[in-house]
Amino acid sequence: MGLGSIASRALRSNTLRPGHTNLLRRSIVTTTELRNAEAAQAQPETPPPDLPPRTPVAGARVHFPNPEDAIEVFVDGYPVKIPKGMTVLQACEIAGVDIPRFCYHSRLSIAGNCRMCLVEVEKSPKPVASCAMPALPGMKIKTDTPLAKKAREGVMEFLLMNHPLDCPICDQGGECDLQDQSMAFGSDRGRFTETKRSVVDKNLGPLVKTVMTRCIQCTRCVRFATEIAGVQDLGMLGRGSGEEIGTYVEKLMTSELSGNVIDICPVGALTSKPFAFKARNWELKGTESIDVTDAVGSNIRIDSRGPEVMRVVPRLNEDINEEWISDKTRFFYDGLKRQRLNDPMIRGPDGRFKAVSWRDALAVVAEVIHQVKADEIVGVAGKLSDAESMMALKDFLNKMGSNNVLCEGNGPNPNADLRSGYIMNTSISGLENADVFLLVGTQPRVEAAMVNARIRKTVRATQAKVGYVGPATDLNYDHEHLGTGPQTLSEIAKGSHPFSSTLMNAKNPCIIVGAGIFERDDKDAIFSVVEAIAERAKAVRPDWNGMNVLLLNAAQAAALDLGLVPESDKGIESSKFIYLMGADDVNLEKIPEDAFVVYQGHHGDRSVYRANVILPASAFSEKEGTYVNTEGCAQTTVPAVPTVGDARDDWKIVRALSEVAGVILPYDSLSAIRSRMKTVAPNLVNVDEREPATFSYSLKPESQQKISTTPFKAAVENFYMTDPITRASKVMAQCSALLSKK
Amino acid sequence: MLARLASQRLREIRQVIRQIPQTTRSLSTALNYHLDSPDNNPNNPWEFTEANKTKVKEILSHYPSNYKQSAVIPLLDLAQQQHGGWLPVSAMNEVAKIIEVAPIRVYEVATFYSMFNRTKVGKYHLLVCGTTPCMIRGSREIEEALLKHLGVKRNEVTKDGLFSVGEMECMGCCVNAPMITVADYSNGSEGYTYNYYEDLTPEKAVEIVEAFRRGEKPPRGTQNPKRINSGPEGGNTTLLGEPKPPPCRDLDAC
Repeated sequence: MGLGSIASRALRSNTLRPGHTNLLRRSIVTTTELRNAEAAQAQPETPPPDLPPRTPVAGARVHFPNPEDAIEVFVDGYPVKIPKGMTVLQACEIAGVDIPRFCYHSRLSIAGNCRMCLVEVEKSPKPVASCAMPALPGMKIKTDTPLAKKAREGVMEFLLMNHPLDCPICDQGGECDLQDQSMAFGSDRGRFTETKRSVVDKNLGPLVKTVMTRCIQCTRCVRFATEIAGVQDLGMLGRGSGEEIGTYVEKLMTSELSGNVIDICPVGALTSKPFAFKARNWELKGTESIDVTDAVGSNIRIDSRGPEVMRVVPRLNEDINEEWISDKTRFFYDGLKRQRLNDPMIRGPDGRFKAVSWRDALAVVAEVIHQVKADEIVGVAGKLSDAESMMALKDFLNKMGSNNVLCEGNGPNPNADLRSGYIMNTSISGLENADVFLLVGTQPRVEAAMVNARIRKTVRATQAKVGYVGPATDLNYDHEHLGTGPQTLSEIAKGSHPFSSTLMNAKNPCIIVGAGIFERDDKDAIFSVVEAIAERAKAVRPDWNGMNVLLLNAAQAAALDLGLVPESDKGIESSKFIYLMGADDVNLEKIPEDAFVVYQGHHGDRSVYRANVILPASAFSEKEGTYVNTEGCAQTTVPAVPTVGDARDDWKIVRALSEVAGVILPYDSLSAIRSRMKTVAPNLVNVDEREPATFSYSLKPESQQKISTTPFKAAVENFYMTDPITRASKVMAQCSALLSKK
Repeated sequence: MLARLASQRLREIRQVIRQIPQTTRSLSTALNYHLDSPDNNPNNPWEFTEANKTKVKEILSHYPSNYKQSAVIPLLDLAQQQHGGWLPVSAMNEVAKIIEVAPIRVYEVATFYSMFNRTKVGKYHLLVCGTTPCMIRGSREIEEALLKHLGVKRNEVTKDGLFSVGEMECMGCCVNAPMITVADYSNGSEGYTYNYYEDLTPEKAVEIVEAFRRGEKPPRGTQNPKRINSGPEGGNTTLLGEPKPPPCRDLDAC
């Protein structure tokens, strides 16, 4: 007997005790004072003598559009002044109290369906959902009372009821709102004994992975797709416990912003497909950098592990990309691992490349460059070139006697004299103040998805009118297709077109000209017609500048700032020595047979097939470089991962070459080259600050060109593949195969 | 000793587990997503008939022109009547086109309401009330009898395409429980009826089905010959005379 009998007696007494039969049923509230919230509340409240000042959550800012409309509310006894119309949740944020939430998102409409943000409001019989409740004057909000805590615990228990316990295999693990908030409001055990609900996963395409069983029906993704992305594909189907998010019919999410649903999903229901099971977020090193796939310069964080870029996520920048990024920005990073050039190479007589040392490669290039005439030397900067390398290239070729340095996409005869003629003068955030848009030969949806999102936001908020001139396209907002060619512009300028009266009556008209126009022969004529329209519509005033150019590539604005303008139109056709610095979209057919082509870049893309010498350079994720975005804001990239193989930074290669060629460039450090840049274009060193253009187009000489009748062409054929990195990316290839509209 | 302990513990655990109900609820709605099939795919053309097009206009005229989407439920209902009691995806697309919204907004509505059938139903769709009063009065037996008689499972259509049996929650007829509803789609949207058959027994329910099979239209309402509508069996038992005024009040003085 002994131990055995004691054990059995203990067990028998256990089974006999009536209150102990429900082994699985335990109360979720463990603290006694929470059990009777009323009793705890009934105790006389002693206001804290003096409240320390609080800082708003996540730098929440208060903007009073009308000072009379300010109201005062009390959050946990702390008085805050807020403008009328704010919700209780926003008031709490300003008071420095973070309210847990799932469905509320500051950039989306209010749904109020998750009930996580319940707070107690004095004189209200029930807890109120703070995200949907407008704050009223004198409201006494209590966020940490036992009642609010108990209410949230209840909500959390219901949310976790059908949520699978698969955090260890969930990609959201570690950055999951539900996981974080269940730490505060969740129980250590569940009372739910039924089987959990399971939901069929949806196929949303190659970017977004769905595990719909994890979904908590916050409808953030539905609202994002409907309101911001402008593709009404997602919806809430079914009812009650059978409710699920889906597309009903088999449909891929064909939005260029679809990747953002990964960020806004508070749980692991929507996760990144390319990043699936690759890494945990706490293993990653975040580097705050800049996107270079288009001219917007979206702020991104490059998450890397060791030498590998694991993912790209957006960074908040209210002036540029808010908190969204395009799918291209988010998913092109796998292109950084493929097709990379890692050794200097020389094409032998047999037509095959042979890896050589830097010394040999540079010696060959330096030897050849001295053999050709100065005006037969041409330098082409690529789409992804940073300002430093373009500066170095221009200085080097100038020292060699040539002034034929151009940048891809700027056309044969760019206007670099007036800065207002090539940047977005309204600024991206300024687009929100416009009430009529005229898009000339530009399809912002594929050229600059973030600018398009801004226009869509404006159109949705203020019913701004959009007129579009160019090939028929699907912009994701209501627009009037005015015509396809420049003659429509002449009609508007003359006032014979019905849209011109809309434009004349607009308070803040905004004209956006696409950079695709730069390639046209009648570019100057088109610009003078557009300027005539701007003149009539009074688009350029001291208080408003609605004359914009939407650039295509990250390098364009900096190239024009630095004056990368070719001397002659026939630069490439008559050259004997061509220096391609990451330029892969030059017309290789135009390069003469006997020309010597040096390709300096990071990807074995199109131009490599024509190159005689390859100089491996580092990609934007591996170097420090200055980029100017389409609105004229200089931003810098920061190295996130080490360079591949024997690659070097672009400007360093040019600097080394200059030394081998005997024309030493007078800078050998980043700060030195930046001070050189400052003498050419001071705005390039004003990092993270938008430098508006000083002079408007009115100073421009009259153009003698005639406009042709050729209709405008689409500047970007395939949104997903525009530059060497995106062309090397497997994910982008899948996207263009599946998602591009034929 | 230990073995006995272990077996006792095991029995306890088993008992706890047995308490967990393992049933899954079968809802009257079909799947919440669409699967292409020959008779239900977006490529099938679908249009309102000429007669129904005037009805569509009439329905739309009830709503302001900038709130056309308010007409989604009546239009879906009309489409369902026209299409033999169910909504193929192309019909929903057509409704979306008429009210000028994205198709998904219509799918959301159609999946939310269980009276929109998104899979085929019989010409006579029998809906058995499954809510408490009917259940207490024997709706389970009625459903069982119907299913057995027709040789189908719930939400399945008989081979001749005439009948299907579904479940519906309270239809507000508890005083005459148990009851079934027969949605009659045999004559298109013109001859569409939606009738209650009340005070049923399993035999009565089968009789009604057979009557429909013969092409008859059995009289709707209570099937108890001794009752009139929802009145008590055998005539009124209360309120037989003139109602007396309340004793405490002098109504004449008013």
